[in-house]
Amino acid sequence: MSQRIVIDPVTRIEGHAKISIYLDDMGEVSDARFHVTEFRGFERFCEGRPFWEMPAITARICGICPVSHLLASAKAGDGILAVDIPPAADKLRRMMNLAQIVQSHALSFFHLSGPDFILGFDSDPATRNVFGLIAANPELARSGIRLRQFGQEVIEHLGGRKIHPAWAVPGGVRSGLPDQARQAIREKLPEAFSITRAAIGHMKTFLDTYRDEAASFGTFESLFMGLVADDGTWEHYGGALRVVDATGAILEDHVEARRYAEIIGEAVEPWSYLKFPYYQPRGYPDGMYRVGPLARINVCRSFGTPQADDELIELRQRGGATIKSSFFYHYARLVEILGALERIARLLDDPDLASRRLRADAGVNRLESVGISEAPRGSLIHHYKVDEHGLITQVNLIIATGQNNLAMNRTVAQIARRFVRGNTIPEGMLNRVEAGIRAFDPCLSCSTHAAGQMALDVRLIGPDGQELDRVVR
Amino acid sequence: MAAKTLLINGTMVSAREGETILEAARDAGVKIPTLCHLDGLSDVGACRLCLVEVGGRLRPACTTTVSEGMDVHTHTDALKAYRRQIIELLFAERGHVCAVCVASGHCELQDMAVTLGMDHVRYAYLAPTCSVDISHERFGLDHNRCILCSRCVRACDEVEGVHTWDIAGRGTSARVITDMNQPWGESETCTACGKCLLACPTGALFKRGATVAEMEHAPARIAMIVESRRVRG
Ligand code: SF4
Ligand code: FES
Repeated sequence: MSQRIVIDPVTRIEGHAKISIYLDDMGEVSDARFHVTEFRGFERFCEGRPFWEMPAITARICGICPVSHLLASAKAGDGILAVDIPPAADKLRRMMNLAQIVQSHALSFFHLSGPDFILGFDSDPATRNVFGLIAANPELARSGIRLRQFGQEVIEHLGGRKIHPAWAVPGGVRSGLPDQARQAIREKLPEAFSITRAAIGHMKTFLDTYRDEAASFGTFESLFMGLVADDGTWEHYGGALRVVDATGAILEDHVEARRYAEIIGEAVEPWSYLKFPYYQPRGYPDGMYRVGPLARINVCRSFGTPQADDELIELRQRGGATIKSSFFYHYARLVEILGALERIARLLDDPDLASRRLRADAGVNRLESVGISEAPRGSLIHHYKVDEHGLITQVNLIIATGQNNLAMNRTVAQIARRFVRGNTIPEGMLNRVEAGIRAFDPCLSCSTHAAGQMALDVRLIGPDGQELDRVVR
Repeated sequence: MAAKTLLINGTMVSAREGETILEAARDAGVKIPTLCHLDGLSDVGACRLCLVEVGGRLRPACTTTVSEGMDVHTHTDALKAYRRQIIELLFAERGHVCAVCVASGHCELQDMAVTLGMDHVRYAYLAPTCSVDISHERFGLDHNRCILCSRCVRACDEVEGVHTWDIAGRGTSARVITDMNQPWGESETCTACGKCLLACPTGALFKRGATVAEMEHAPARIAMIVESRRVRG
């Protein structure tokens, strides 16, 4: 194996997910690589900037999950100021993150993956998209749009505009939630709940229909990492990191943000701009871990809210106490939406929200800080070093899609192993690869075209490094 | 004071002696774009945005005084093209990234680009990496966003009366400096009055700790200070 492959700039297609599948001497799939060519130069751009600008800069550069960067960055900034932010600011940030989870998961489930479920993985790719979904099941498609809108509106009520570049700032937030906005959110909650419950019902039938996929899509042992609260319940913004293994045994617990580097190592590969984080004590690549909805469900004891906890029991009955199938990411997403809605409902009644004290004022009190929050796709880590005045001297960002990188490659290899026979790429495989990658909901532009199928560029490479087949669509 | 009669865009206008074309035009309801001019400060003619045609020759309206029988054109096609070009050159010269700028939404350069219809920049960006100085306990300076209008220099000198600011260097390496080109936080003359922040048209000068789109300047307050001092005599 290990021939060096070169991404030929002439044949490189922008916005395509580029995948290489390697065959060994026996003609069996030995490895698969999902090449990521985005995220270049990101960290460099930030050097020399005042750290106060970082939430907005990172939110603006990474357009797919701006809210998540805003929050992780603001948390890192709190650390440089060395302040405890006002309770109202903490709760408002939480509400925004919950709303972001709702809207992002709704997009992933209804728009991006819904067509696979409703129309079938092997249906015509030309109509296997959100438009085909609207034709086949207009009610489901519409309710997905409304649920996403709910999340976006909460974000808008908080941030002023759909995605304000800098609502969260080091020390707190810039504005509160007016009473009438609170009321408006309250009024829309019942519909959001009922859409989510209906979607969970659908999910359960899909699990029966796609039993085969559920068993084979990225089903493998790995570690899982995510934030949990002090009492081990589901967390998305506070708490500390926990790592569990495939049996559910806790390997690390209460790992505070600033200690992340003790457990996470980062490998680089010449064929991807995305780094490959791994669980340090197990080494690379054995320390493969997954993050995101499935991981958060696997690391937490319970949700801590009644409806989501009921669903969690059933989810675990179907998937196991520690779920290994990546297909269950979809299911986990829906249960997370439910839990997020319950928490938003709870926050709306919190008297702290009325406080006008929203931003702690302080100077540069620490020269290094780490902020972690759970993006919809998984743990997001911002690590900054600053000079005595607060200018950024070093930035390290660990994004969810990077942490799932190894697992995505494993998933693609697993699917390829089942489908590749001989020296060609069979048509049916592309759909499965697409669905396999989608389960992780990676934050790459190739995978977030809501209106169409994922653009793929798949190559089959023989043991001598020669390209045996290539399919672009 | 004697009155002068002149033509602005073909209309007869009367102006006071010693008045600039900019002032005469404004009194006549003709708006000439400006950047380095700020009411309350002296004029230096640094940005060239206010160029007008006087008898076929180019003159900055902010530093040219009216004279009898002048024939001034303020908005010819050639002038409009020059003005757009000037804004494009300003954008090309330093790092103006509106999307992540503290002054986005409250920036005269950004507004001017919109007003003059600049939809793209035809020149290669120099994209220099300029330094950022946040050594001052209250304020910050980002050279990437400075257009060298010198409004801060004049506000500091003429209104606050301390002359902390000046400009050093030439051409593309010119920079605003404090005192003897030392970090702002180490300036001995700066009174931290913030008048330079009021005056700055872009995000170059900002409150320390400001984040994107958070910095609002208040250039009109310079004229208010000057006027109230004059009234009190
Ligand atoms: S810092 Fe602001 S006011 Fe001073 S010269 Fe630069 S742009 Fe003009
Ligand atoms: S306003 Fe006249 S030259 Fe700048």
